[in-house]
Amino acid sequence: MLGRGGAGFPAGTKWGLMPAGKYPRYLVVNGDESEPGTYKDRLLMERDPHQLVEGCLIAAYAAGLSQVFLYIRGEMPLAHERVAVALNDAYAAGYVGKNILGTNFSVDIVLHWGAGAYVVGEETALIESLEGKRGEPRLKPPFFPAAIGLYGQPTIVNNVETLSNLPWLLVNGAQAFTAIGTATSPGTRMVAVSGHVVRPGVYEIVNGTTTFRDLLYGDEFCQGIRDGNELKAFVPGGGSAPWFTPEQLDLPFEGKLVGAAGSMLGSGAIMVMDHTTDIPTAALTLTRFYAAESCGQCTPCREGGTWLERVLQRVVDGRGTHADLAQMMEIGESICPGAFPHAASERLGLAATPFPYKMTTICFVGPSAYAPVHSALTLFRDEFEAKIVERRHIPVSIEAVGAH
Amino acid sequence: MGRGRAPAGGGRRRGPQSRLNEANVILAKEIIGRYPKARSATIPLLHLSQQQNGYVTNDAIAHVAELVGATSAEVLGTATFYEMFKFEPVGKYLVNICGTMSCQLLGADDLMHHAEARLGVRAGGTTADGMFTLEHAECQAACTEAPNMQVNYRHCHRMTTAAFDQLIDDLAAGRLDGEIPPHGTLARIRQQIPADKAAGVAPPDAPVEPAWMLAPEATS
Repeated sequence: MLGRGGAGFPAGTKWGLMPAGKYPRYLVVNGDESEPGTYKDRLLMERDPHQLVEGCLIAAYAAGLSQVFLYIRGEMPLAHERVAVALNDAYAAGYVGKNILGTNFSVDIVLHWGAGAYVVGEETALIESLEGKRGEPRLKPPFFPAAIGLYGQPTIVNNVETLSNLPWLLVNGAQAFTAIGTATSPGTRMVAVSGHVVRPGVYEIVNGTTTFRDLLYGDEFCQGIRDGNELKAFVPGGGSAPWFTPEQLDLPFEGKLVGAAGSMLGSGAIMVMDHTTDIPTAALTLTRFYAAESCGQCTPCREGGTWLERVLQRVVDGRGTHADLAQMMEIGESICPGAFPHAASERLGLAATPFPYKMTTICFVGPSAYAPVHSALTLFRDEFEAKIVERRHIPVSIEAVGAH
Repeated sequence: MGRGRAPAGGGRRRGPQSRLNEANVILAKEIIGRYPKARSATIPLLHLSQQQNGYVTNDAIAHVAELVGATSAEVLGTATFYEMFKFEPVGKYLVNICGTMSCQLLGADDLMHHAEARLGVRAGGTTADGMFTLEHAECQAACTEAPNMQVNYRHCHRMTTAAFDQLIDDLAAGRLDGEIPPHGTLARIRQQIPADKAAGVAPPDAPVEPAWMLAPEATS
């Protein structure tokens, strides 16, 4: 089972990284979903909170986790209420708490509130936040939360969707799970498709085999682009992901293939742009997001993100120059040195640059501010140039100064 | 921010009264008791103070610091990191219009322009009657229902300018009081952990291997 938070790290491997014999161990449930385009976890918390509670209990029982903290994004009060009711019911019924169902298995699940900070979705920032501090990611390696996490103890941080899979897995068995999807991407996953499609929504798809074309054009899914328009581009895996164009539509939801094609599946959020979309403006909305959400620890992200935003805003406003385009790539290089992943383009005669990238920051917020700019500039440079003011001569028109 | 005007009076009290009241201190202690370290309760208690006062006051910061065993500076440092905490009075209703990608693609800019005109304030401002604070917001996790906004963090999906006007009229007339509590109140239902059912905290300095790991028992 691959983690469903965004990195796609195998959940079982993560559990196995805890040092033997070191207790207490904690489970922190990551319900701080805020990646642009993503909202599967909110639905899972609002619509099936009991499934999540069961998942927490299974994880705690299996991995010897002494206390569970369920961290829900602050801006989701409905999810808070639904999960609170589910937990209150579960406590009343003896399914959570002391001596569960009369056994020696005892664990509390504590509902915790966030307060609005995208970066807290990063697992070490989540732990910092849960310790009552500013949500600034910790440097890793050397120590991952499984070794040194909450209060310095071994801690498993799992995404809501990951844990919500556990009850089904336990009842139906691993074989039934791996029978769905492919060997490297088993099971189903939830994806949110938004933007210019006929029927946007959150869909559960078969992992590894469903293609972007199935999802965007399939009758049971999004039913094509609105108003019969042409597809121009789409973001395949949350706002941090490099963009795809119609050329990549036949790729399946398979991490390795999508990585080789120059992007990532991330948090399962697809944002679709039709041919009417102003690409530089669309890129600006994402860059502005990541610039605003920088926690400020790493200079390349703190300064680079806002700088990118300001330059891009200037270009969008029609006050940019050609030097601004080069400047944006240069700022990006300071966040992500070397080749940055992007999709292939037959139109431009470009081959894909595969994942991953190098980065000069602790977490992925900085690179995420650059990703939309890089994709848009690489795949749609003509649209930026159309907005550039050509300053080829000095704009003065002074008559010959007085003849004496 | 900046252009917002503080609501006049309106029950939002400053001064010593903005420490947590007696009932909330009891609740605060119960919340603190759920964590192995008190400081973990910082954010929940800041929310509690914001629920009481509408925003986070200096007194509340000092009081939360006392309760969780931190300094006021530490609590302020934490509080200012998070967008939801407000340090000056805001309207009874915080209107957050999402402007991130999917909402922008489907008309968020027009919605914001309309909202500014309708409320007579720019994004970041509060109406003179103290009813509404308008803010630009980032992704609200409802992208398939774009353009989207929240009032006191309650989602409003697929907004149009007409729906916005109707919503503002309804809020002003008190027709949505049952659905949308005043700013500061998040979830109206809290988690309850009855004392006799609690497994108890797992302190980091008590290296106890869980009983069920040592001797697993079959459930009935």
